Amino acid sequence: MSEGIGAAVKRKEDKRFTTGAGRYTDDIRLENQAYAAFVRSPHAHAKVTGIDKSAAEAKDGVLAVLDGKQLTGDGIGNIICGWAITSKDGSPMNMGAWSALATDTVRYVGDAVVAVVAETAAQAREAAEAVVVDYEELPVAAHIEAAVADGAPQIHDNAPGNVIYDWEIGELDTTDTAIAGAAHVTEMDITNNRLSPNAMEPRAAITKYDAAEDHYTLYTTSQNPHVARLVLSAFYAVAPEHKLRVIAPDVGGGFGSKIYIYPEEIVCLWAAMKTKRSIKWTADRTEAFLTDAHGRDHVTTAKMGFDASGNIVGFKVSTKANFGAYMSLFSSAVPTYLYATLLSGTYNIPNIYCEVLAVYTNTVPVDAYRGAGRPEASYLVERMMETAAREMGKDPAELRRQNFIKEFPHQTPVIMNYDSGDFEGNLNQAMEAADWSGFEARKAESAARGKLRGIGMSCYIEACGIAPSAAVGSLGAGVGLWESAEVRVNPVGTIEILTGSHSHGQGHETTFAQVVADRFGVPLDSVQIVHGDTDKVQFGMGTYGSRSGPVGMSAIVKALDKVEAKVKKIGAHLLEEPEENIVIEEGTVKATGTNKALGWHEIGLAAYTAHNLPPDMEPGLKEGAFYDPLNFTFPMGCFICEVEVDPDTGKTEILKFVASDDFGVIINPMIVEGQVHGGIAQGVGQALLEEVVYDESGQQLSASYMDYTMPRADDVPSYDVLHHNTKCTTNPLGIKGCGEAGAIGSPPAVINAITNAIGNNDLSMPATPSKVWAALAASKIAAE
Amino acid sequence: MHNTTYHKASSAAEAAALLSGADDGVLLAGGQTLIPTMKQRLAAPSDLVDISGIGEMKGICVDGSTVTIGAMTTHAEVAASPELRAVCPSLADLAGHIGDPAVRHKGTLGGSVANNDPAADYPAAMMALNATIKTDKREVPADDFFQGMFTTALDEGEMIVSVTFEAPSKGAYAKFPNPASRYAMCGVYVAQGASGVRVAVTGAGEDGVFRSSDMEAALASDFSAGALDGVSVSADGMLSDIHGDAAYRANLVKVMAKRAVAAAG
Repeated sequence: MSEGIGAAVKRKEDKRFTTGAGRYTDDIRLENQAYAAFVRSPHAHAKVTGIDKSAAEAKDGVLAVLDGKQLTGDGIGNIICGWAITSKDGSPMNMGAWSALATDTVRYVGDAVVAVVAETAAQAREAAEAVVVDYEELPVAAHIEAAVADGAPQIHDNAPGNVIYDWEIGELDTTDTAIAGAAHVTEMDITNNRLSPNAMEPRAAITKYDAAEDHYTLYTTSQNPHVARLVLSAFYAVAPEHKLRVIAPDVGGGFGSKIYIYPEEIVCLWAAMKTKRSIKWTADRTEAFLTDAHGRDHVTTAKMGFDASGNIVGFKVSTKANFGAYMSLFSSAVPTYLYATLLSGTYNIPNIYCEVLAVYTNTVPVDAYRGAGRPEASYLVERMMETAAREMGKDPAELRRQNFIKEFPHQTPVIMNYDSGDFEGNLNQAMEAADWSGFEARKAESAARGKLRGIGMSCYIEACGIAPSAAVGSLGAGVGLWESAEVRVNPVGTIEILTGSHSHGQGHETTFAQVVADRFGVPLDSVQIVHGDTDKVQFGMGTYGSRSGPVGMSAIVKALDKVEAKVKKIGAHLLEEPEENIVIEEGTVKATGTNKALGWHEIGLAAYTAHNLPPDMEPGLKEGAFYDPLNFTFPMGCFICEVEVDPDTGKTEILKFVASDDFGVIINPMIVEGQVHGGIAQGVGQALLEEVVYDESGQQLSASYMDYTMPRADDVPSYDVLHHNTKCTTNPLGIKGCGEAGAIGSPPAVINAITNAIGNNDLSMPATPSKVWAALAASKIAAE
Repeated sequence: MHNTTYHKASSAAEAAALLSGADDGVLLAGGQTLIPTMKQRLAAPSDLVDISGIGEMKGICVDGSTVTIGAMTTHAEVAASPELRAVCPSLADLAGHIGDPAVRHKGTLGGSVANNDPAADYPAAMMALNATIKTDKREVPADDFFQGMFTTALDEGEMIVSVTFEAPSKGAYAKFPNPASRYAMCGVYVAQGASGVRVAVTGAGEDGVFRSSDMEAALASDFSAGALDGVSVSADGMLSDIHGDAAYRANLVKVMAKRAVAAAG
């Protein structure tokens, strides 16, 4: 089957994407459309003492100038975090109020204060500049250390000391005991740098209000339009759920940042009702830096204990996580259940304890960004392993091999139960592809040219396919994390798949269709994927956490099972053969052992004409399913990075990058390879280039591409992408997911390679030339 | 962008007249700095006088070892000029590594020199080549022209027409690009010619482009990379930002200078 599971077919959606025919939110123009612009706080922390709108209201084309008091006065609710985390002492998390337009206090630079609606975008912007907001500046805590210091400015009244929660997982006593008795303890302070998501398409919203029907429509750059509708109606009270349609058309990348519901969508929906006009807002790149949820930003102290033969006996972790000024939708889950539950890595670790202090600062809210918690975990575990091997004088590959989990299922001390994997198989394959044994010769060749060569690895594991609904519910999630699908076979036999997953670059229109083509042997072109519109598609949970493969496609498989059963019943009836003899092959419904067969289209026609169906069978051929996962899935792999450092400038060049992954069953290897490439580029970006930098006053110093270093083509090498797959045992297709692995596994491989090259383990991300140069200078001083 | 009135001048004289007749007018050369600044609403000139199409201000003339480049000559034209490359390949190479192809086909030498961005490449070249900046009113030696970050000897309304220099016998420019912007984090232009050895540094100094007299002295007696080993570059007066502190930039000055000397041969 050339178009089915495992076929590297070209992406169906790329015709429109590569010819400029994609339809993104900003491409849509509604009748009677006005434009919104936002007045944003220039201060990181201030009281709003007055707003003078008169000059703005007098400007040409201005339709409305709206503030937070009007918004809350109309009953629009505060923005919430949808995952409740409980502190060590049993107390609930301290969630501060977040109004879509600030009412009395602004808490980060970019916090929205006033919205202006005008006939044109330029008029809206012009008028926004004419709004006069009086601020009384307050002391600022722009970084974790400043926020937790004695006498720190209080950012939310109900979060004393700026602490949102003080959470723990694992066994403190046994872990302490194990580490106290260890033959060797490796201790490290690790910072995970703050990142800006930088989706190619900035966030945008268009809202429409139909007064006669009291009905709202929102076009938006969302990864999960149904969740947006639910939250906008149930919590923000913008509109009743049945009176709100959310459409997420083509979306140009998300990386997590488009999961959340932001102030702008709320305000534009409300303002459409106030002004009786359709309203468009499109972020510019500066607004994206100032308002899109950032990622990472952890500061961690960790200890890992080993016995005399090198077996890990305990791992103790203390992390402080920066949440920014407000709790974004899933922010609380990221440094807890998406992070600490992965601290066993690929290793047998009998005792693990982790505590996480969640902290408010006067910065942009922080939430899930490609990998979400798992890159932080894998970076920590893999840097600890590498450093421990160096400290103990052991081969880093052998230390990992010795500690690998080798039997499945494996229950870790931190909730996760790994179902499958062959960690050693991936390690061996990656080492061979990287010519690990030939490294010393290459290092000597570099040294002859005055360059420092280094090699490093990362044996990451992550958790995808979030997740069994009852389990996440018991851990505090406000939603279930199943997925839905509907399969509609049309009377002519063409097929529409309605999915609750959302594609914003992942290629669902191709891979999902491949699953259908594989099942029935119908041509790929006869399958259409429908997603991203709450009026068309049944409720679904959307796309994040590499869940569309393991969860979204599993829902499709469940619905296909039902369709297949009905097709076989119709076939048996029409062919007058027993149902157990009916098979579906290459688009034909056949009775085995006979020459009787029906074309696929004949079944569809029979179902819809209903002239001759089995007794009691309903007409039509349409089935739906909800799939609730049985477990997370656990993609893993071994990444090996080889670098050369210029000791004069500190500049790092990546010479070789090998990725050997276990993604379970792969639907489309070309698309999977693309996901790995993109993921590694983002991981290399984190390791070498990217960082959101705030100064002490809470101003973002990196809010443009002049200062925020995005990876360019010449920053990344040509990757060797390999697979050593084992089938996932907990979902019907055996898929593990691949969307985040590259970003999760690559940063430690890059940093381990650089620290190997420069002989100094004390190096933080991003390893910019100036930092590497300074670390090199420090290691020279230490050596003297 | 705020509203502005666009004028296209066909001669330097017409440009001067248009500019003097405007409320708050500015000259537009390649627009590689001005237009982004306007788009960010950080500049709002009443009038833009576009001088990029003025024929008398374009082109490269090589007469023996004397090189004259019109102010509105684009970086791409400088990079691609066989006449220039024959006498001063280092300047052609410098131009070929400014920005990206789109920038090089719009950006002009005169625009860059007039802007005197502390991280721009051309100011280092002008200083190291001991160029004369010719305006519509006078001639100014490069040493006097560049007067600190974004500051030049240009008076209000004065316009650069061309630059002239004697091609050096040896010369090279070595640049360490800023990882994000790819402007020079440190660029060093070294030239050995009739006026001796000149070493000009861009990107690193707090006050924009500067000459390093210590390096010039060391190279005057021994034009080799090794001659710079004994020169120490102080971090005082170096830029410090999120991409690198003053000590790092001081290091880069020496490293790039040695690389430039080695490349100059």
